[in-house]
Amino acid sequence: MLEVQTYPTVGEAASAMDDRARFLGGGTLIMNRVNYGDRRFTRIVRTTDASLSEIRAQGDRLEVGAGVKMAEILASRDLDFLSPAARAVGGPAIRNMASVGGNLMAPHPYGDLAVALLALDADVRMVSGEEMSLEDFLARRNGVVRSLLVRRPQGDEFRFRKVSRVKPKGISVMSMAAHLTRSAGRLSGVRIAYGAMARTPVRVRAVENALEGVSLDLAGISAALSVATEGLDPPDDPIASGWYRREVAPVHLRRLLLGEDAR
Amino acid sequence: MKSPVTFWLNGSETAVFVDAGANLLDVLRRGCGDLSPKYGCGQGGCGACTVLIDGEPHVSCLVLAETVAGRSVETTGGLSNGPDPHPLQRAFMEGFAAQCGYCTPGMLMAAKALLDRNPSPSRPEVEEAISGNLCRCTGYEPIVDAILEAARQRGAA
Amino acid sequence: MPTEYRKDLFADERSDDFDIVGKPIIRQDILGHVTGRSKFYDDHAFDGLLHMRCVRSAHHHARIRSVDSSAAERQDGVVRVLGGRDVPVNVNTLLSLINFGRDDEPLLAIGKVGYVGQPILAIVATSVRAAQEAVDAVKVEYEELPHVLDVEEALKPEAPIVNEEYPNNTFDYFDTYDHQKLRFGDVETAFSRADHIVEGEYQMSPIEQAPMETCGAIAAPETNDRITVHTSTQALFFSVGVTAKQLDISSARLHFIGGTVGGGFGGKVDSHHEPLAALACLATGKPVKYMWDRAEEMQVGGPRGGERWRIKDGVMRDGRIIARAFTGFFDAGAYTRLSSYAVQKSTGHLPGPYSIPNVASNVYCVFTNRTPSTAMRGFGITAVDFAIERHMDKVARAVGMDPIELRILNAYRDGDMKAHRREAKNCALIESCQAVAQKTGWSLSADAMRASSKVGGGEGALGVIPETVTDDEGRIGERRRSGLAPEPLSGQGTRRLLPEGYSSNNSSAFGNAPQREDMEAEIERLGFKGATVVSSTPQGPADQTASSARPIEPRETAHAVHPAGARGGPSLPAAYTQRPASTINQPIAQPPERAPGTPVVQQPATPPAAAEAENESAATHFQRGVRRPGVSRFISGSRRR
Repeated sequence: MLEVQTYPTVGEAASAMDDRARFLGGGTLIMNRVNYGDRRFTRIVRTTDASLSEIRAQGDRLEVGAGVKMAEILASRDLDFLSPAARAVGGPAIRNMASVGGNLMAPHPYGDLAVALLALDADVRMVSGEEMSLEDFLARRNGVVRSLLVRRPQGDEFRFRKVSRVKPKGISVMSMAAHLTRSAGRLSGVRIAYGAMARTPVRVRAVENALEGVSLDLAGISAALSVATEGLDPPDDPIASGWYRREVAPVHLRRLLLGEDAR
Repeated sequence: MKSPVTFWLNGSETAVFVDAGANLLDVLRRGCGDLSPKYGCGQGGCGACTVLIDGEPHVSCLVLAETVAGRSVETTGGLSNGPDPHPLQRAFMEGFAAQCGYCTPGMLMAAKALLDRNPSPSRPEVEEAISGNLCRCTGYEPIVDAILEAARQRGAA
Repeated sequence: MPTEYRKDLFADERSDDFDIVGKPIIRQDILGHVTGRSKFYDDHAFDGLLHMRCVRSAHHHARIRSVDSSAAERQDGVVRVLGGRDVPVNVNTLLSLINFGRDDEPLLAIGKVGYVGQPILAIVATSVRAAQEAVDAVKVEYEELPHVLDVEEALKPEAPIVNEEYPNNTFDYFDTYDHQKLRFGDVETAFSRADHIVEGEYQMSPIEQAPMETCGAIAAPETNDRITVHTSTQALFFSVGVTAKQLDISSARLHFIGGTVGGGFGGKVDSHHEPLAALACLATGKPVKYMWDRAEEMQVGGPRGGERWRIKDGVMRDGRIIARAFTGFFDAGAYTRLSSYAVQKSTGHLPGPYSIPNVASNVYCVFTNRTPSTAMRGFGITAVDFAIERHMDKVARAVGMDPIELRILNAYRDGDMKAHRREAKNCALIESCQAVAQKTGWSLSADAMRASSKVGGGEGALGVIPETVTDDEGRIGERRRSGLAPEPLSGQGTRRLLPEGYSSNNSSAFGNAPQREDMEAEIERLGFKGATVVSSTPQGPADQTASSARPIEPRETAHAVHPAGARGGPSLPAAYTQRPASTINQPIAQPPERAPGTPVVQQPATPPAAAEAENESAATHFQRGVRRPGVSRFISGSRRR
């Protein structure tokens, strides 16, 4: 049988965590598991700590509390660059509940916001104070996250695209994000991330490398398109087969990079 | 272990004892006897259990019941004003916007949240507002039409 | 002239206005829907409600070595653990209520499982969570068996036996064939004189109905030793019948309440929740709810069955299709449910709405280790329609013809003889094609625009049942014995010509005695519904020479038990089997009108005695429904139609 423990501060909540406990953020992940009788945990740990819901500037970065909801991102002018990704998550009811921290933990094929944050080279700040890259965090996915730190991209250099079969809302066939930084008119230091193409959101280094030093046009990106799924083994799930994901990834990557309309 | 929770349900102060880990949907249906929100998936995927918490739509199957303590919860059960249907209810009735009726309470709450914030929404705004609510019978067209019609009726009144 | 419909029954209730179409109306039930007050099955509150969850198969196909529920039984909140041996009549087939097919599906598996998610134990506990935890505490030891998931793999002689009741992995049709056969004319000869042969293969995946409300039932003790069952079923009386049978109790003890269904689309006819909930209610004396969660609905809810179709057409240069042969494979999953019927339904639909003088089909109802499939919106028709219409486009390309004109050329016209030996009436495909072409700006030739469903029907050979080649291929067990995979329409076997005009409509649904006496009323009701089919069941000399004369092979399965008289022909009152087809749409006591020149194909040669009985009892049954002591006429077919 279950037990719910509520703590006034996130620090106390974090120290109450162990293998048999789950941290409840917005509820969209944990309550789903509770409803389906998941016996891997017997305790739900939560906090009423308001600091988790803050969005504030810190140096040249924005610090986004792990408890900030998708709807709050959409309402924040500072975070407007994340709105395409935040809007891609669920319908309005889910967006009122789903939190930034939860999105990092969401199982395949969920976690569209994390894809955007990964392409933006966000860092994760744990409750312990430890900081790490989001990429490192996604590789192990444990501990309680206090906040995300992300730099605002310049101009139109950030792109996000979610591919789903149902509009306007649908689960990801894949999601893609690109941070297209340039140097002397050529792409340089580009970051590309995919969602629903692996167990967690991933960076796609083959594509990043193939985009180094090229111009952002069809000829320039053709090499990148040909390695669109290199090193990836996309999973089969009820939304799409791995085969299908591999087949259509180059098309969507082209649309993402060139800013083409999907419809 | 049960714990007491007090909140406002459709404007009335309500106190219930909830099991640890109970979701709001179960508590509304079993604890409070408000059967208007429906179970469809228990995963937040269908929207049949949509209720408004402090005016904002939530899927009640994924809300830990004790988190609504002190807050306001609105359901379709409290939508009509006495015997008079809410403009949304009237529009759904007249526009054939329900067939089996199982998604209807969730659709109505999602629509109410929209109209409360945006009294004259565009068609895409309506579609976005109900994008988390599945319907399997009628199709979405009459539902979207009914919501737009309700907005018109309200504007005219 | 206004048509009068059933004025004998509903004189006060129906007007002949027919003015509803095109006008907005307010649904009767919509106030409940928009206020959230419509009572779905789960909207009934009970004190001390218990919850049921099932232990489910982890494998496609496995022998159950052992089931250990001792730890589960000791857990907090667990009230009762039920297994197959607790079910009085554990094995059932849905259509046993109309006496079609053999009982093949356990309510709770004993000894073996045939698909992932098949229920093995049902655990009743004081909360959903307690039931879930108890399910996890049950240890099931399996011995995995080879499984088969593809319909054609399942037909190979070496394929594992999915369902012991049907050891050939096919449903047995008419106790004779491993497939449903249709023969009309002579396709092989027609193929040999056709200008083009066009072949195609088409496939449709299983589709889950995914109703918003998941399937379920609540059974609660009532006074007078009855049980109240609130259920999501789409087939309330079906579920009553199944529950009475499986619990071996009188249906008078079952008070079923339903009808407010949160979407069904066919997926709520399987009648599994009601017997389990009622059984648990009997066992505990408490109200019990058995409700699927969404994951169960998707995994173990019977979907629309997958189908694979091969079509071979013989086409003349001018686009006339002179022969069409089908081979169909319908994926029943591990148990029959309604798939046997789906195959008959699809066969009755062939060759589509086109007048083709030579048609043959072999359609297999195949058992695989998939979730058993069931009804869904036009099941048995949708996939083959998809196949037929894709194939029409392919034929159009092959002969270089406009696809709509090809359809108009081949469309049924009033008076044409259909492959299942019914005259086409009220045809409208041509007019529909013309309307579609007009609305979409598709240009048609003057000839195609002039065509009419009312002109040219039944001309020449198209109006009569042709001389028909039959064969004996595909007898039950033949393939497995011979070690051969099916070669449908091979032209092998005994070829026999049926005379022109011979109608072989044969309905095993009504041909067997009921398994239980109290099911006779059910059959009668369905007999009414199926009157148009039943009426032409050959009773006379034609049947003697052709149909009954077929040697019937002894069944191989030891446990296939049929009650005496099972094969002795219909046990139904003459009124149901001998009534002319046209009665159903005609005012009583008027002789059916027949247009001059219409071939006489719908009426069997009726023995004089039966004909006399017909005059008397057809009319009285029609008006009064079932006249059996103790059977309410208010549940009769005539009332409920």
